[in-house]
Amino acid sequence: MNDTDAGAALLRQFEARSPRGLARAISYAESGRGAQLIRHLFARTGRSMTIGLTGPPGVGKSTLSSALVRKARSLGKTVGVVSVDPSSPFSHGALLGDRIRLTEHFTDSGVFIRSMASRGHLGGLAGATADAVLLMDAFGLDVILIETVGVGQSEIEIAELAHTTIVALQPGSGDSIQVLKAGIMEVADVFVVNKKDHPMANQLKREIRSMMEMLDFSGWVPELVMTQATSGEGIDELWAAIENHVAYLQKSGEMAEKRLEAFTHQVRQLALGHLQRKLERELRSKVAEGIDPYAAADRVLQSFGVTPEGGDEPIRPPHVRASVKGLM
Amino acid sequence: MSRPLRVIIAKAGLDGHDRGAKVIARALRDAGMEVIYTGLFQTPEQIVQTAIQEDADGIGLSILSGAHMTLFPLIVEQLKAQGAQDIVFFGGGTIPPEDADELRRRGVQAIFTPGAPLSEIVSFVEHECGKRRELVG
Repeated sequence: MNDTDAGAALLRQFEARSPRGLARAISYAESGRGAQLIRHLFARTGRSMTIGLTGPPGVGKSTLSSALVRKARSLGKTVGVVSVDPSSPFSHGALLGDRIRLTEHFTDSGVFIRSMASRGHLGGLAGATADAVLLMDAFGLDVILIETVGVGQSEIEIAELAHTTIVALQPGSGDSIQVLKAGIMEVADVFVVNKKDHPMANQLKREIRSMMEMLDFSGWVPELVMTQATSGEGIDELWAAIENHVAYLQKSGEMAEKRLEAFTHQVRQLALGHLQRKLERELRSKVAEGIDPYAAADRVLQSFGVTPEGGDEPIRPPHVRASVKGLM
Repeated sequence: MSRPLRVIIAKAGLDGHDRGAKVIARALRDAGMEVIYTGLFQTPEQIVQTAIQEDADGIGLSILSGAHMTLFPLIVEQLKAQGAQDIVFFGGGTIPPEDADELRRRGVQAIFTPGAPLSEIVSFVEHECGKRRELVG
């Protein structure tokens, strides 16, 4: 079967709402063959509610995901989960273990779970995560949960892709200066302090509160929820916080901006992917010993038809906006 | 752009001994595959649904509880019922040779028993799952 025939067969399977069709479609996107499919399905997207869940390794992201899936199902909503774990930079293999916390949903036909390996992508997601989200959206899933790799401090790509970003933190992982640092602390629409039974949970809550009291927000002020994901405590409050944020986006008109952000993010990823492959080829062929690195970079850029620019302008993704304006 | 092979490593039924499953998962990971670990105490249905949603090329089942003659055939049946026989199905554990022969006859592609070299398991998975990948793309 050639690629076009296979693509047409896959589209039929997808349209018959077969989970295999969705699963195969995501694989197509992951291997860079998703263009035709997404062109067909794009008009059907834009109906799902997308929730991003990020935080350090071991904070309980997968357990929170599972609890949120349970909550969404109890409201009669269908759910897609995209869960990203890191790939080895050495073997390119990966151990994807987020499903272990989601087993209760495996045989629920209203839930579709896909594990993704980051495959060298550094922002906390995988290169094809945005495609997987679009495909789940077109498939008709009501809620899409995107769980990032366990992040450090600066992987904030999720805030571009998701309508609502949840930053999960756990007690006992640093002093009050940690919450003042730049990065993931700035992209939260909702803060979750998980493991609320921990003796230091209230201290972390106070630290986040006092950080937020110093700041001036334009529009949305992040909510703070205490949870214990393993027992389900605080999940109703977390769901309410997510719904409040979505209602705010709709009322303020910011939802349109959010959608544009996610769209721009994906276009940037696609363009960067092509550029990076070309760059790697050029690096292999054009970089010789004996010249200085600036001269070598000029030589590589010439093959792109790019003249090096004097660069003191910081590179920033134009659409990631935080609602934090600064100090009061 | 070639995608790494994807393999489910599963533990089924009342069987908490997962050291072997973890060793195999790590070996396949080091061979460059994406390994999805389901965790313990899964039903055949949960394992097959996972393989379908993850678009896995293969399922490896580890059983050390003695229930292999029940659980392996149930997964073969589930794969048939879902029209997913293209997914390679193999396994391992403390399985007597005559049971292993019977399981192969009933549709399990390979059974590895204690002492099987990791390299043999890895090259089986690479070869068989690679064939599946060529077929379905």
